[in-house]
Amino acid sequence: MENLVNIFVKSVFIDNMIFAYFLGMCSYLAVSKTVKTSTGLGIAVIFVLGFTVPVAYLIENYLLKEGALTWLSESFADVDLSFLSFIIFIALIASMVQLVEMVIEKFSPALYSSLGIFLPLIAVNCAILGGSLFMQERAYSNIAEATAFGLGSGVGWFLAIVGIAAIREKIRYSNVPDPLKGLGITFIITGLMGIAFMGFMGIKL
Amino acid sequence: MSAEKEPLFSSKNIKLLTEPLNDSNPITVQVLGICSALAVTVKVKPAFVMAISVMVVMAVSNVVISLLRKTVPPRIRIIVQLVVIAAMVILVDQVLKAFLFDISKQLSVFVGLIITNCIIMGRLEAFALSNKPWQSFLDGIGNAAGYGVILIIVAFFRELLGSGTVWGYKVIPESVYDFGYENNGLMILPPMALIVVGVIIWVQRAKNKKLVESN
Repeated sequence: MENLVNIFVKSVFIDNMIFAYFLGMCSYLAVSKTVKTSTGLGIAVIFVLGFTVPVAYLIENYLLKEGALTWLSESFADVDLSFLSFIIFIALIASMVQLVEMVIEKFSPALYSSLGIFLPLIAVNCAILGGSLFMQERAYSNIAEATAFGLGSGVGWFLAIVGIAAIREKIRYSNVPDPLKGLGITFIITGLMGIAFMGFMGIKL
Repeated sequence: MSAEKEPLFSSKNIKLLTEPLNDSNPITVQVLGICSALAVTVKVKPAFVMAISVMVVMAVSNVVISLLRKTVPPRIRIIVQLVVIAAMVILVDQVLKAFLFDISKQLSVFVGLIITNCIIMGRLEAFALSNKPWQSFLDGIGNAAGYGVILIIVAFFRELLGSGTVWGYKVIPESVYDFGYENNGLMILPPMALIVVGVIIWVQRAKNKKLVESN
């Protein structure tokens, strides 16, 4: 249990998807003009990451990696299908986004209508594919760890986008030089937030 | 539809190559492809390899989708695009692993992330789906070049100020170090890439008034 909390907190603050790895930047920059839209997108990302990373973990360990197919037959022990990872993960993400959309629509129509178009846009958010690829690279030992990582990454992304949206709303009333307005100052502020988040490095949990 | 064939390198076609270098730069103006642009720019060499990889994937995907544009049903076009891009990226990844193994290790997951690189999807949707193959090819090369230019500029500054080298060759002489100059460790860290791109945007918009955003 302690290990899971460790992984969760690590992926929220120290291995933050935006500030440490720059994944999901495009939608982060495009959607962060208001806090309301950012919250919507952030929650959607938490949902999708929380679902896709564990499933990708199962696919990786029972289908893709070297020796994974031994449950089918002993002779498959040296079959390594990891070169198919990209295409399989992307197919998984596209279908997961579709599934999450249907589940949210069924169980919480209010949330569904407030998320609107952002749900389908998540399929091409690099943070989602990045989550699966990092999970594959780090080879977590069980599905609970993979889920903790997925949820943590989603929450970290959510924190980042809501934070920058709040700041962008405030600096609309500041004296930013013209060429820096909008995109330029957002980049610089995100950089500063990244430096701030680095303060979490080296924390032993 | 004009009856005569447009020359291969007409001024309209040349514009497809040159506009994304400045006026409609994918990173600083269209806000696409940011993720990988920031992450692989610690040194110039991986940035260059990444730029070339993106160029290959973009050029080929643009041509393929443009050739298929009349036959793909609109409902499954995103899946078709993703499959084409993913296939190309797998190819590029295997080639990198075979011939440039250390660089492929440095790039790690970001080669795979070329699939979700918004520039590729963005240009496929905006251009290749409604234009002829040669134009799509030029558009792919042009946008990839614009992306590459920014990558190399950011990598140049980060490597020069962060490690005192350019493309792995030591550039700052020993005497400057003895004088008390230290490599700026902050440049190697991810947040500085964001600040460097912010400054590039500042310079570009100061020179190019029509790109300035009005509130």
